[in-house]
Amino acid sequence: MTSFDFEIQLLAVVVAVACALPGVFLVLRRMALMSDAISHSILLGIVLAFFWVQDLAHPLLVVGAAATGVLTVALVEALHGTGRVKEDAAIALVFPALFSLAVILIARHAGNVHLDVDAVLLGEIAFAPFDRVAWGGRDLGPKSLWLMGAILGINLLAIVLFYKELKLSTFDAGLSAALGFSPVVLHYGFMGLVSITAVGAFEAVGSILVVALMIAPPAAAWLLTDRLPLMMALSVLMAAGSALAGYWVAHLFDASIAGSMATLTGVVFFLAFLLAPDRGVLAGVRRRARQRTEFARMMLTIHLLNHEGGPRASVENRVVHLQDHLHWSSDFARRVVARAEREGLVVREAGDLLRLTPLGREAARDRMVR
Amino acid sequence: MQVFFLDYTLRTVALGAGALGAVAGAMGCFAVLRRQSLLGDAISHAALPGIGLAFLLTGTRAMPVLVLGAALAGWIGTLFVLAVVRNSRIPEDSALGIVLSVFFGLGLVILTFVQRQPTAAQAGLDTFLFGQAATLLTRDVVMIAGVGAVILLLLVLFWKEFKLLSFDREFGATMGFPMTGIDVFLTSLLVVAIVLGLQTVGVVLMSALVVAPAAAARQWTDSLAVMVVLAGLLGGVAGIMGAIVSATGGGIPTGPTIVLVASVFVLASILLAPRRGLAVAMLRRRRVRREVRADAVLTDLYAMSAQHGDARDHPHSVAALEAMSERRVGVLRSLEELAERGWAAERESGEWVLTPSGRARAREIVFGGARHDGAGEDGS
Repeated sequence: MTSFDFEIQLLAVVVAVACALPGVFLVLRRMALMSDAISHSILLGIVLAFFWVQDLAHPLLVVGAAATGVLTVALVEALHGTGRVKEDAAIALVFPALFSLAVILIARHAGNVHLDVDAVLLGEIAFAPFDRVAWGGRDLGPKSLWLMGAILGINLLAIVLFYKELKLSTFDAGLSAALGFSPVVLHYGFMGLVSITAVGAFEAVGSILVVALMIAPPAAAWLLTDRLPLMMALSVLMAAGSALAGYWVAHLFDASIAGSMATLTGVVFFLAFLLAPDRGVLAGVRRRARQRTEFARMMLTIHLLNHEGGPRASVENRVVHLQDHLHWSSDFARRVVARAEREGLVVREAGDLLRLTPLGREAARDRMVR
Repeated sequence: MQVFFLDYTLRTVALGAGALGAVAGAMGCFAVLRRQSLLGDAISHAALPGIGLAFLLTGTRAMPVLVLGAALAGWIGTLFVLAVVRNSRIPEDSALGIVLSVFFGLGLVILTFVQRQPTAAQAGLDTFLFGQAATLLTRDVVMIAGVGAVILLLLVLFWKEFKLLSFDREFGATMGFPMTGIDVFLTSLLVVAIVLGLQTVGVVLMSALVVAPAAAARQWTDSLAVMVVLAGLLGGVAGIMGAIVSATGGGIPTGPTIVLVASVFVLASILLAPRRGLAVAMLRRRRVRREVRADAVLTDLYAMSAQHGDARDHPHSVAALEAMSERRVGVLRSLEELAERGWAAERESGEWVLTPSGRARAREIVFGGARHDGAGEDGS
């Protein structure tokens, strides 16, 4: 592994972690698609700032881009605030317009702008190590690593400092406002954070894959835990893991690194969706199946208790009869009876006649009283 | 315009983009009304891996093949969103965000494979990102028009069901309509309409062509039928204009141009539409404010004249009225307006009185009309 490979991986991890942190709150605040809107429209900020300073490495580009991100949020809210379009439509109207403007500007000035449209969508993480910082003749590493590191630091600092405010306004906006935390300041401050992060990540992984890094790991983490600190930790871990795995998958198949990172975040989310211990789809299926057989055993004991000692007990309390009476398939009836036998609730006598054990009788009575 | 009729390619391209805009606009109405504006975004992004895989598997970039792949992938993406929302605590916006970005990422991975294919036909797949109407062939346009016509026909045939789904799903269910099936059917039509436009407008921006004409049309009418027709027209015009500009303007991708034209339509509609428009609303607000101010001056004048007992026609100065009014501005303007309506008159310079009809109007304001008991009594 060359040092370039190492630097790309380090950058991938830093980008993924920096995105996942604000992503947690985006997911919880149901503003996931704001990241989509912001990550697209920052391109306009970058292009306009570039026309002004004529230098792609100028720090003003980051400022301009982040400002456009916040502007996008304000525009969406203004449009929604007119009451003429709903919020989802407002998002779907604002960012395509700003993004289109940016793409047209790039296309018109393609000759003198080193900003091509592929880079906008794909990012240039593989080329990141070529643009380096040197100070006093010493090589200090890739520039984008420094930029993303700084953004990660800002995110960490902001979340540590305003953890309480963010948490409260996310889970109980009304109480937060009543306690005097300005919802507007918090909202726009947070959106500014998202914008800065999107700008930094944009260079590395492109505008659309930023969304994957911001949304998928926190969403997966949310399926695994109910606690915010744990959710943040899991998001960070899964984001970093997806970034590393994505890098190696891309390496293996010689494919786009950013695309493969995004795909891996999707795979991680899908696994969590299927396999999460409490909230996963499989857990749900298993829980429903267990409840179904539990309920069936209860029905069986109550049915037997009902007819026990009665005149028709010898007819009703046969395994075959369950199919008619409880509308069970013969297969299901056999399984329920076998399970009930194993649990010592019933015993099977000659001719498939079922009889409750004392334990089974008590269980049935208990259920009926409850 | 002359260029338009003479240039065969341009005519083809414009027709294709126009047909596309019309279909997307009409279908978009349902998406916008059902708050699914962002589903279109997810569908169009999710289609990218389908396009790449269809090309990898068949080796052709014939439009029907790629559209089929795109539709399948878009459909899977939609189902995934539905499955996640229904079976987990993840809200719809996150599910949409995950599908659109992850499928798109997968699509980019597949495109890197495609780009390594030795076949010469690989060139052009990246036009699917932002669209290039100039790559449309006549048979593509025929296909867009044909499939679009089928979609619109189905829209007309199932009009009642789709309308029911959009406005009162529960009522439809109690009437015995299979609402889930209708939902899947309508969403599938949306998927087809979207993937039809990917070559022309591109996966990144196709959703805007679905949302923008519908959002613009919504401002002009409260009738679904009118809205759908209008959105179709606006979408068609946006498509044609965008295609022409991009085909003549040298290297400008079609998608962004069409989207900008459609966005201008939206902005103009929101500002200028006759009843819902912001401009009309602002004028209405200003008129109401002026009327309220004039009413205030009118009642002040009435109150002062009431204090004179018999000498009701005793004039009062503007200065006195200003002293009474809350904000002390615009009193003169309000008086002039009252004079225009014949409710007040200037007796001599700066001295005003109420006319008999002005007095009646003031009583109406103060006592809430003659219907009130004893409201007709004057000078209390």
